[in-house]
Amino acid sequence: MKANSFKWRMSLLALIMLCIRPSIALDEPADGSAQFNSENQKVSKQQAETVLDPFADALSRLLIGSMKDREQAIEHLSVTGHPRSLPILEALLDGRLYALRDKKTAVVATESGQDYRIADASTEADLGLVERSELSKVNITNSLRTKLRKKISILQLQSDDASVRLFAVNAMVKTADAKTLELLKEYESTETDEDVLSSMRLIFALNDLQNSDKSVRLNAMDTLKEYNSLEAYNRLSVLIEKDNAGNFIEADNEVRKKAQAALKKIDARLQFYNSVETVFFGLSLGAVLVLAAIGLAITFGVMGVINMAHGELMMLGAYTTYVMQQIMPNHIGLSVILAIPAAFMISALVGVAIERGIIRFLYGRPLETLLATFGISLFLQQTVRSIFSPLNRSVTTPEWMSGSWQINDFLSLTWNRFYIVLFCLLVFAALLQILKKTRLGLEVRAVAQNRNMAKAMGIPTAQVDAMTFGLGSGIAGVAGVALSQITNVGPNLGQSYIVDSFMVVVFGGVGNLWGTLVAGFSLGIANKMLEPHAGAVLAKILVLVFIILFIQKRPRGLFPQKGRAAEA
Amino acid sequence: MTKPLIDRYKTFDIVRRPVRPGELDVSHKTILYLEDVSVSFDGFKALNNLSLYIDNGELRCLIGPNGAGKTTLMDVITGKTKPDSGSVFFGQTIDLLEMDEPAIAQAGICRKFQKPSVFENLSVFENLELAMKADKGAWPALFAKLNGEQRDRIEEVLTSIGLTEHRKQQAGILSHGQKQWLEIGMLLMQEPKVMLVDEPVAGMTHQEIDRTAELLLSLQGKHSIVVVEHDMEFVRSIARKVTVLHEGSVLTEGTMDEVQNDPRVIQVYLGD
Amino acid sequence: MKSLFLSNDKTANVVLFLLIALIVLVPLCNAILPSASALHFSAYTVSLLGKYLTFALLGLSLDLVWGYCGILALGHGAFFALGGYAMGMYLMRQIGERGVYGDPVLPDFMVFLDWKELPWYWYGFDQFWFALPMVFLAPGVLAFVFGWLAFRSRVTGVYLSIITQALTYALMLAFFRNEMGFGGNNGLTDFKDILGFNIQSEAVRVALFMISGLALIGAFLLSRWIACTKLGRVVTAVRDHEARVRFLGYRVEMFKLWIFVFAAMLAGLAGALYVPQVGIINPSEFSPLNSLEIVVWVAIGGRGTLYGAIIGAMLVNYGKTVLTGLLPEIWLFTLGATFVLVTVFMPNGLAGLLLKKGRETQT
Repeated sequence: MKANSFKWRMSLLALIMLCIRPSIALDEPADGSAQFNSENQKVSKQQAETVLDPFADALSRLLIGSMKDREQAIEHLSVTGHPRSLPILEALLDGRLYALRDKKTAVVATESGQDYRIADASTEADLGLVERSELSKVNITNSLRTKLRKKISILQLQSDDASVRLFAVNAMVKTADAKTLELLKEYESTETDEDVLSSMRLIFALNDLQNSDKSVRLNAMDTLKEYNSLEAYNRLSVLIEKDNAGNFIEADNEVRKKAQAALKKIDARLQFYNSVETVFFGLSLGAVLVLAAIGLAITFGVMGVINMAHGELMMLGAYTTYVMQQIMPNHIGLSVILAIPAAFMISALVGVAIERGIIRFLYGRPLETLLATFGISLFLQQTVRSIFSPLNRSVTTPEWMSGSWQINDFLSLTWNRFYIVLFCLLVFAALLQILKKTRLGLEVRAVAQNRNMAKAMGIPTAQVDAMTFGLGSGIAGVAGVALSQITNVGPNLGQSYIVDSFMVVVFGGVGNLWGTLVAGFSLGIANKMLEPHAGAVLAKILVLVFIILFIQKRPRGLFPQKGRAAEA
Repeated sequence: MTKPLIDRYKTFDIVRRPVRPGELDVSHKTILYLEDVSVSFDGFKALNNLSLYIDNGELRCLIGPNGAGKTTLMDVITGKTKPDSGSVFFGQTIDLLEMDEPAIAQAGICRKFQKPSVFENLSVFENLELAMKADKGAWPALFAKLNGEQRDRIEEVLTSIGLTEHRKQQAGILSHGQKQWLEIGMLLMQEPKVMLVDEPVAGMTHQEIDRTAELLLSLQGKHSIVVVEHDMEFVRSIARKVTVLHEGSVLTEGTMDEVQNDPRVIQVYLGD
Repeated sequence: MKSLFLSNDKTANVVLFLLIALIVLVPLCNAILPSASALHFSAYTVSLLGKYLTFALLGLSLDLVWGYCGILALGHGAFFALGGYAMGMYLMRQIGERGVYGDPVLPDFMVFLDWKELPWYWYGFDQFWFALPMVFLAPGVLAFVFGWLAFRSRVTGVYLSIITQALTYALMLAFFRNEMGFGGNNGLTDFKDILGFNIQSEAVRVALFMISGLALIGAFLLSRWIACTKLGRVVTAVRDHEARVRFLGYRVEMFKLWIFVFAAMLAGLAGALYVPQVGIINPSEFSPLNSLEIVVWVAIGGRGTLYGAIIGAMLVNYGKTVLTGLLPEIWLFTLGATFVLVTVFMPNGLAGLLLKKGRETQT
């Protein structure tokens, strides 16, 4: 059953990667597992069975031989052309290659709790969990490690997969010496992939910077200024530095000038990528704000109910995620996904209970509703505190949400923020569809516009109220799932968002979902733009002050409701 | 402020008194000018290039089907709604569009709302006291004390609206008709130049309606009065001149008989 | 009106009488009875009662704004805190060389942050005659600026409530910053003297208690007088029907502003009396939760009656002291449940119940 769900997860992962991360191959190191297809596996099995197979021979020498033998074995492995050669050498470099007690089977081991999970090095077959004492590590010396690295690079350069070749070339940018250059020059002629060629040229240009011929150096700078490479930036910066005596390290004036110009050009792009990053951070903060505010926009905007317990409904959603992970600790990714409907249901049920139990007695008295729901929020907080302890609970982020998307040296976007933005848009679209296309949505809008008329037409207004409130609350729960991925889950989680989310709703204009979306994103971006200049806290204060002033000018928000209804 | 012994502008009609800015000038006999006023809500034209002139001291009735723009018209005059285009003048010189509600009220245009709007938690007497023409700043209000003259004035109004015995009652427990009268009384306390009266007899008994008609008729001449009413019998009993509104503009104007025989009016009221 | 609400006034008079009795009896007991006697109040108890009195004053000031003018201010604690900070700054400068770092001018936290000189806004706070008006001015000016902006553009109802909450939230964030120069997280504390007297001594505590009581009685009488003037009636009218008041020619925003600023100053006074009795002021006083608690006091006591706010503040805080002492977990449950029960079943609070009873016995 475990293996089954693992497969399911893998396929899910693959699906998600296909949909959202078309460029995944570019930045994932080739650990071998991904490129292996079943056909290759069959071939390798047959080969492994042949006694005189040079691959098997080299592998066994790697396990039992002296350092000298190992060096040779590495040499041999790298020329067998066997598809497992590269992963084995990589495992060797990383210290993951072990021999079993019998000194016959090479295994790749990964730590798994107390024990090690091992897989046959040549067939990749899973051999289960073993104790550390069952394994002996295949050690290598430092000089061998350097050689090994080169061999791996060469193997990677020979790979059929362009992304593997690109990875290999990129790994050489910082450390390229004369020998690697020769090697690269050799492969350049046969290389067809544009990206790989481009990286190769970067290495050549970096090398040319040290050339004795001035014109070569100037040419190299022309090339370098087009690259988004931190290494190029650093090397160019060195050219315009002064030594301690205040003299330029680089004697040639023309070179200095050219370096300056090239740096300026790269700087401009650096600035651009920085602002892209700021906007991205702003969008992700905005997405959080929108998620927090959008449920409120329903209860407050459509029903006119001020739900101060909205934050606590988000908190419930976050705790649902935590509980789900406790229930299925081995399926973190799945638990997060399942937490979304679960959190929706739980928060929606609590919301309906609140509406039926308390709020319905207070319609038409917004200030009293505010107070009563605030009481509920205290109640919910203390309940959670009593059940789960007042301490923060940690929710694990699934692996497909961690890490970042390295676009170039200057720009990398973290996946969890990316997913939050995406999730926010999805929730928004879904909500919009519900309000526009479903019977419930129609009834909600009807009741919001003219309660008495809706009642007269046979719409069960009480039921619609409960459903609307449940919908808004459920979305708060869903927002809580998202929040659990980026912040601590604790009893005060809701409180820290309630002021912000009210600001978003009021800023956007009550009763207008699009206004909430625009307001959330623009406030998020404004906040992040201010942060580098003013600091996080001051930025927040400035945004709050801005909204307070804005409300003076436009008391009904960015997108106000018009007409007679708004006057009442 | 000392009063001159003889106001020469009153004595010699020919000598036109120069109008000081901000002072009401009704030398052309017209007290309210509305010209080409348009108001729209979300594309719906509540007022559509409406032009209307009210004479000084006149009692004018406004009628028209629902949605004709009667209440919106009052909103525009009292500053509650700003029109999209057009001009609204109080006398020759005072531009009402530049003023907000309190300023317009202080200038002398007062309004009774469609729904009786009295302060339910205050007594009848206090309601009238609040409405009374006086310095309406916050500090003067803190130290305000009623003098004998003002008390007399309140008593006078109490008598004319027939609420003398209810003076100490909370306004909230008055009957619907009594609330209507109290609100008219509040208008009187403000000593307005123009009274805008929105549906004064809604929910009143026959006797009450007759008394209201009497009251309004006694006020014309001293005040310019604009009455919006659906009750045609009532309108007939008080009106000299009637204006019919339809779809945000003036359909026709004239005496009640003229208006009632106008085929366009009949069509508007009875449909095709 | 007075004859109609005689029972109303009676309760108010009873509350007034009890307050006077309290501030006379407590010091009297302490002066006459030996410290071993059961009726001899400890310094702790006296300060605790004094704290309740300042809370009652704070509740009273909110009742003016909420109960009379209908503005549900969710940031009223900000004015309390500002008054408290003004007093705290005075007390801080009275420490002088007795601080840990012994700097004659700079408070300890500034020395700790390596500041070289006193920020300009700390000037003058070594003088009581300067600090005292600041207690009123600081909250007053904030209320004036904020109120002028908000009321002029006719922000009302829930919107107003939410931006008042944003105001106090922004202030809380600001005061948490060390760069603001108000002690950051820790706030102002370790006070030694007030007007040259040891702030820890029992005599000073009793005196502060009495001053708090007198301030409360004074504010109560003043507020009741204001409520009876024409200004009070206009303000009540604004609460019930704002637009109508405007059409009567009143500048509603000016009346709101007047009452808002006045209430903010009372809140500032409450804060200034609170700080020497509890010995600390920190940014958490600005937290939106604190402001909401004030609203609960008034709601429970019954808004729009003034004495209701006093009863509510005293009762709720007494309950808080008892419950947090016994079972800390229960407090929030109780507070939350009280909120709900009061708003649903007792919209007029305790005062409303008393009033109803009074009417029933009359008829």
